[in-house]
Amino acid sequence: METKISSGRAPVAQKPHIVSTTSTGDIGGLVDIEINGRQYKVPFGMTILEACKQNNIHIPTLCYHEDLCIAGACRVCVVEIEGMKTLQASCAFPITGKIKIWTTSEKVRKARRHILDLLLSEHYGECYSCVRNNNCELQTLAKEYGVDFYRFGHIEQRRYEVDRSSYAIVRDMDKCVLCKRCVRTCIDLQEVGVLEATRRGYSTLISTFMDKPMIDVICINCGQCINRCPTGALRAKDPSDEIWKAIDDPTKHVVIQTAPSIRVAIGEEFGLPPGNSMTGQMVTALRMIGFDRVFDTNFAADLTIMEEGTELLLRLKQRFVDGDSTVKLPQFTSCSPGWIKFIEHFYPEHLDYLSTCKSPQQMFGAVIKTFYAQEMGIDPANIVTVAVMPCTAKKFECNRPEMNASGFKDIDYGLTTRELAQMIKEAGIYLPELPKGNFDEPFGNASGAGLIFGATGGVMEAALRTVYEIVTGRPVPFENLDITPCRGIDGVREASIVLTNVKDEWKFLEGVELKFMIAHGTANAKKVMEALIRGELEDYHFVEIMACPGGCIGGGGQPIPTSPEIRKKRIEAIYKEEAGLPIRKSHENPHVKYLYEKFLVDGPCGHISHKLLHTHYTKRGKYIV
Amino acid sequence: MPIINDTIFFDEKAHGEALEKALKLTPQEVVMEIRESGLRGRGGAGFPTGTKWMLALSAKADKKFVVCNADEGEPGTFKDRVLLSEYTKLVLEGMVIGGYAIGANKGFIYLRGEYAYLYNHLQTYLERLRNENRLGNNILGTNFSFDIEIRLGSGAYVCGEETALIESLEGHRGEARNRPPFPVNTGYLGYPTIVNNVETFACAYIVISKGAQWFAKYGTEKSKGMKLISVSGDVKKPGVYEVPFGITVKELLELVGAEETKAVQIGGASGICVPMSEINRNISFEDIPTGGSVIVFNKNRSMLKVLRNFMEFFVEESCGQCTPCRIGNKKLLEGVEMLEKGKCSHKYLNELIELGKTMQIASKCGLGQSSPNPFISIVTNFKDEIMSNSIRGNNGN
Repeated sequence: METKISSGRAPVAQKPHIVSTTSTGDIGGLVDIEINGRQYKVPFGMTILEACKQNNIHIPTLCYHEDLCIAGACRVCVVEIEGMKTLQASCAFPITGKIKIWTTSEKVRKARRHILDLLLSEHYGECYSCVRNNNCELQTLAKEYGVDFYRFGHIEQRRYEVDRSSYAIVRDMDKCVLCKRCVRTCIDLQEVGVLEATRRGYSTLISTFMDKPMIDVICINCGQCINRCPTGALRAKDPSDEIWKAIDDPTKHVVIQTAPSIRVAIGEEFGLPPGNSMTGQMVTALRMIGFDRVFDTNFAADLTIMEEGTELLLRLKQRFVDGDSTVKLPQFTSCSPGWIKFIEHFYPEHLDYLSTCKSPQQMFGAVIKTFYAQEMGIDPANIVTVAVMPCTAKKFECNRPEMNASGFKDIDYGLTTRELAQMIKEAGIYLPELPKGNFDEPFGNASGAGLIFGATGGVMEAALRTVYEIVTGRPVPFENLDITPCRGIDGVREASIVLTNVKDEWKFLEGVELKFMIAHGTANAKKVMEALIRGELEDYHFVEIMACPGGCIGGGGQPIPTSPEIRKKRIEAIYKEEAGLPIRKSHENPHVKYLYEKFLVDGPCGHISHKLLHTHYTKRGKYIV
Repeated sequence: MPIINDTIFFDEKAHGEALEKALKLTPQEVVMEIRESGLRGRGGAGFPTGTKWMLALSAKADKKFVVCNADEGEPGTFKDRVLLSEYTKLVLEGMVIGGYAIGANKGFIYLRGEYAYLYNHLQTYLERLRNENRLGNNILGTNFSFDIEIRLGSGAYVCGEETALIESLEGHRGEARNRPPFPVNTGYLGYPTIVNNVETFACAYIVISKGAQWFAKYGTEKSKGMKLISVSGDVKKPGVYEVPFGITVKELLELVGAEETKAVQIGGASGICVPMSEINRNISFEDIPTGGSVIVFNKNRSMLKVLRNFMEFFVEESCGQCTPCRIGNKKLLEGVEMLEKGKCSHKYLNELIELGKTMQIASKCGLGQSSPNPFISIVTNFKDEIMSNSIRGNNGN
């Protein structure tokens, strides 16, 4: 199975270079080059931009993004090469011979300034009324080049209506600089393909199919385009005004839950380097803002493991003991709402493979508006549930019409990490300096298994810890419970555990090799689905899919920028925090046990949980009316 | 009907049987012959054809491709149309020779959408060549097989740029690729590909048929051979002319019967505008290069209107991919509009000229790099006329 993140539907115009076939002998060697009068040795085939980066020579970029294939379109990164009439885009120019490069010659500076002036002349709006103020690559460039007037004028009227139709993503094409990062993200990184350049020349516009509003196209709401947009052309739909209103309303009981991956990323919004865990500080901040209760989504993740693990075991039993061939295996995870919408659009005939479990966010909402409301004696109509998620697709998910089994919307508002950070700032709080607080009871305690949901492979690892123990009565045979085959950042990973000396009630699983697969990023999900369709997953049992590269820590609602390095740091922070937790198995979470004793009395996958914690899916298909 | 004067290359008698000759040579020998002839690309950029073929020949790959760029979209050029309709054999067999030279078995004609009416004619001709075993499997009894497929363009000017053309062939949006790698290395579907102009293939045929020495007798030191020129505008005898490289603009004007000429646009919209003071300059890669478009303007023409027409063209025909071309052309057009209203200061005009120079060196492909040419040459060469609106404060129709 291939493990590359991007697999290549993008046109070759936007692809990395294939190094000359006539000089393959040089591959692997070093080339002597000169940059700004100094000598360097760089690997053959490396781009000028990479070579400069490696040697701490700054070249400004705009359309370039580490996660994406090369476009060479904005021309901001042009450099001068001796002997060449035209300037070359450093991001796209592979070094294959001795060349002399100037990165800041007069010609280069003038060209960059012109390009910047051109981009600014077409960029509508002012920085202070933009969500990306202070985190905008165009703004940064303007500062870097000392722009103090609009040389070629400045557009003063809107040309395009802002598309606010989607629950998750707002598109403001007046701010678009046509770098096509979103296009490359959507087509190549995620292989969804909702966005593409349309029209031509000055009229070029990034658009959806037939200019349809975002709500009507096959967007999966993953928000990866937002994370890679250099400006404010793409942003998440921000519900914080409504949330403030609820907080200010004394009749409302406002409950917030925080997803596992928020704590390891939110520090970045306050200037901390990636990989700093801010769990306690975040809880304190949320309380200061005025949320009535601060809960940990990890609790609901534990609940999800109980339900999803049980569902898996039930499927195995139905299939192998009862001989029910209509029961589909492998079971696919269902906690990533981007992935759910992806499969609904792209593989609508295969929805039966999905676990029927709601995502932790939605399960939590359902429990809060039923059990919690009961226990607290609060009318669920007066409870406002907010979920802070690393995710934009969660905004869509909480608005799914089927997500109201309690008679109320499970979750009223989905908030992203970025929006939460904004609320914290607005409340006058500097997060990193706060004292640490603890989550509220009764849903404040969570296991480490719930925490690792935030990283790719985490759901699988958490599920295995529980499933293995249910079946064998012993903990998983890995040192410190770290199921290392689940970890890592390869796009598609697989592994297996053999079940031996099983308990009597699971005799049919004796000696079974439990085979599982993990994929992140929908491009990889597509590979897995194609393998499923080809019949190659017949003997697999469980598949974890996350829509976003890296899992939730790389979600569309996370701090901008993102890069493989940043995602790696966030993942490390999660596993580091997890290792120090007292409880690391979902089924050992005392609050989960309590919930099953007091409320979900017929156990995991029982009638009550089926009504509240499970869901169904819609065959959407790809045809747009 | 177009006229070809004093035809030398395009005289039927000169044609001979190039394909038979080529197939008796080794591919290396064919390439060397093309190299020695000094043939340079007839599309306008003038890249040495022999070098291009040599690079493609030496590239190692299990497949290679030949593409005939028949996306004749440069405003004012229509010589490829004549070649395709009246000298079909030269073009098609020139492609076969190219395929033999580089080791390709498949060729494409990328036919301009507006030339769809030539489709049937070309198909019939291809069928005829197949029947005569000059196309298809084991051509003329040799081990060499080659076939040609026609693909229609959809009207984008940028698809005349070779990498955008390849993108279009592959079914993508017509946008220029990053170079390097070049198509001779990484072209159609990632395979080595030569993309040559219609006239280049016809010339390659002539080189093989008549020999490199004979071919190189014509033209100048660095621009060998004869060139087809499409002449239009304020002339008595518009049409397609075969002229030797090195012909002066003055000689050409006399040939086509131009009177009271004010300016000559050479190289189409992406070319340069030559004023009467420079008509002793010559058409060649050393001086004024051209893909074949010559548009003549007489004294009644408003150069501002001429310029506006070109700039509107580029604003629409830029692929929209790179910043300098997409927005730069719009700014130049707005400058023309300001000039029309008499509201463009000298200072801003100079700013726009500088912008044009940036576009020439910073744009991603040849389209953007050449799009400011008419602006720069017209506002430089006809500054008095262009600025007269400002001086008089009227819109000067």
